[in-house]
Amino acid sequence: MTETPGERVVYRNVDRQDGHLLAVAREHGAYEAARKALAMSREAVIDEVKKSNLRGRGGAGFPAGMKWSFIPKDTKRPHYLICNADEGEPGTCKDREILRRDPHLLIEGMIIAAYAVQAERGYIYIRGEFYRETERLQQAVDDAIAAGILGDNVLESGHRFHLAVHRGAGAYVCGEETGLIESLEGKKGQPRLKPPFPANVGLYDCPTVINNVETLAAVPAILAKGGEWYAGLGVPKSNGTKVFSVSGHVVRPGNYEVPLGIPLKKLIEEYAGGVRGGWDNLKGVIPGGSSTPVLRAEVCATIAMDYESLAKAGTMLGAGSVIVMDKSVCIVRAIARLSRFYRHESCGQCTPCREGTGWLAQIMNRLEAGHGAVGDVELLKNICDNISGKTICALGDAAAMPVAGAIRAFPEEFDYHIKHGRCMVG
Amino acid sequence: MSESPGETSGEVKPCFSPAALREVETIYARYPAEYRRSALLPILHLAQREFGGWLSREALAYVAELTGIPPVRVNEVATFYTMYNLRPVGRYHVQVCTNISCWLCGSDAVVKALQERLQLGWGETSVDGRFTLSEVECLGACVNAPAVQINDDYHEDLTPDKVAEIIDRLP
Repeated sequence: MTETPGERVVYRNVDRQDGHLLAVAREHGAYEAARKALAMSREAVIDEVKKSNLRGRGGAGFPAGMKWSFIPKDTKRPHYLICNADEGEPGTCKDREILRRDPHLLIEGMIIAAYAVQAERGYIYIRGEFYRETERLQQAVDDAIAAGILGDNVLESGHRFHLAVHRGAGAYVCGEETGLIESLEGKKGQPRLKPPFPANVGLYDCPTVINNVETLAAVPAILAKGGEWYAGLGVPKSNGTKVFSVSGHVVRPGNYEVPLGIPLKKLIEEYAGGVRGGWDNLKGVIPGGSSTPVLRAEVCATIAMDYESLAKAGTMLGAGSVIVMDKSVCIVRAIARLSRFYRHESCGQCTPCREGTGWLAQIMNRLEAGHGAVGDVELLKNICDNISGKTICALGDAAAMPVAGAIRAFPEEFDYHIKHGRCMVG
Repeated sequence: MSESPGETSGEVKPCFSPAALREVETIYARYPAEYRRSALLPILHLAQREFGGWLSREALAYVAELTGIPPVRVNEVATFYTMYNLRPVGRYHVQVCTNISCWLCGSDAVVKALQERLQLGWGETSVDGRFTLSEVECLGACVNAPAVQINDDYHEDLTPDKVAEIIDRLP
């Protein structure tokens, strides 16, 4: 972890020794924002989050306050709150730091969110591979229960919130909210058709809010300092801070919390120590995780890291997972690797995804191995078109976007593979 | 995710220890009484731990009986998720991430070092039953790539030398 200048919201305590312990967390203000929120009206809490314009940090970027307000108020069915800690998109490892170093921040965010949406029971669905993180989190939950922070009388407020940790078992698709719900219900994690949306029909067919770890961890600071304060960070429409996981060919890979809208070049040069071999050695960047289309170096020099700027450039902010590739990388090989991932992770429910991801992986492997045929690029584009938007969840689109994006950004690499049967980069 | 339900263990009918049975009750307490099926994934994790790191057909049948969930439903869950081993694995399950960030940071060399050290290919278990070597998708440790998971622990920022040292230090 490198020291981050500027304001930190969710990574305030991640460098602190023993910050996962309740006593240490409390020394540094843990649960004070929750206490404040529980003394406010539910509407006022939601309004504060709406004012902050906090957008979901799991990848979709949907405004959190608005999501909370979709929960029906006139139902007798119980409401549920779920934290999506199934971090599994290649390039993404930001939530893991919060889970293992500052779990009480997440629990505090969940107490506030649960109060706002009238949920008396909540779950943290954590990816199964994070075994040690699960232990940390479970300890934090147990300590919070013992201290009266969770349970029938949260922080002596008279409100009830029971929180449990639920460990997944290895399936990327469970990061999709309805796949997660199915998994939490003890089934295969195959996503559900929407509508109905979880806000109305979620866990156990009850109204359910699902937020990412980073989103919930931002809530205590918003309640403590106010929505307007948070909205003042970042840039218009992309407010607040964001943790970017910068991996690949940089001098100092790491998770960096910075204001949204930071220039990509600044993020790489000033925070991640620069591209291995210097900026001129940069070939391209996958800006938001494996599903987001790759950017050429020329674009990377000027692009800003916010939802709107990246969308304009034909890609996405996603989970903020910046994968940096220098000139030694064969783009066809890189994308072939990602296609293999999506083939492996398709749940098999929708034919376009089940068959399409396999087909994409097969053709990408063939190209990479030097056995590409004339017409393969057209075939890849056609398969991408026939997956995109035609599946129950976004995994199909996630598989198609990197392939289609790489063909758009680096057509010469695909042509070279087909003509010469090998990579341009040797 | 298309593996068929597990092999048979050839041993006597599996059964949880008293401590594991108490753990089952702790797991059930996390969910509303009418939705106890939610406990299936945690109970399968527990069963895998109890029964030597894998789930035989008999183990799956035992979980079905214990939970009252139809065996076909237990089987479809066990075969859907990659962390449930349907064949025996070594005492140390070495799982190597080769996804993009690990690959960019040298996982090929780490894989080579491991395969040479252990004399194993993907999915193979050593004759002495000590090691199983598996290739896995993203471990979610991308800024500390390359990464390897050995049983419950992550090992990060690896080089071929470092990973060989870790293997040699295992008891």
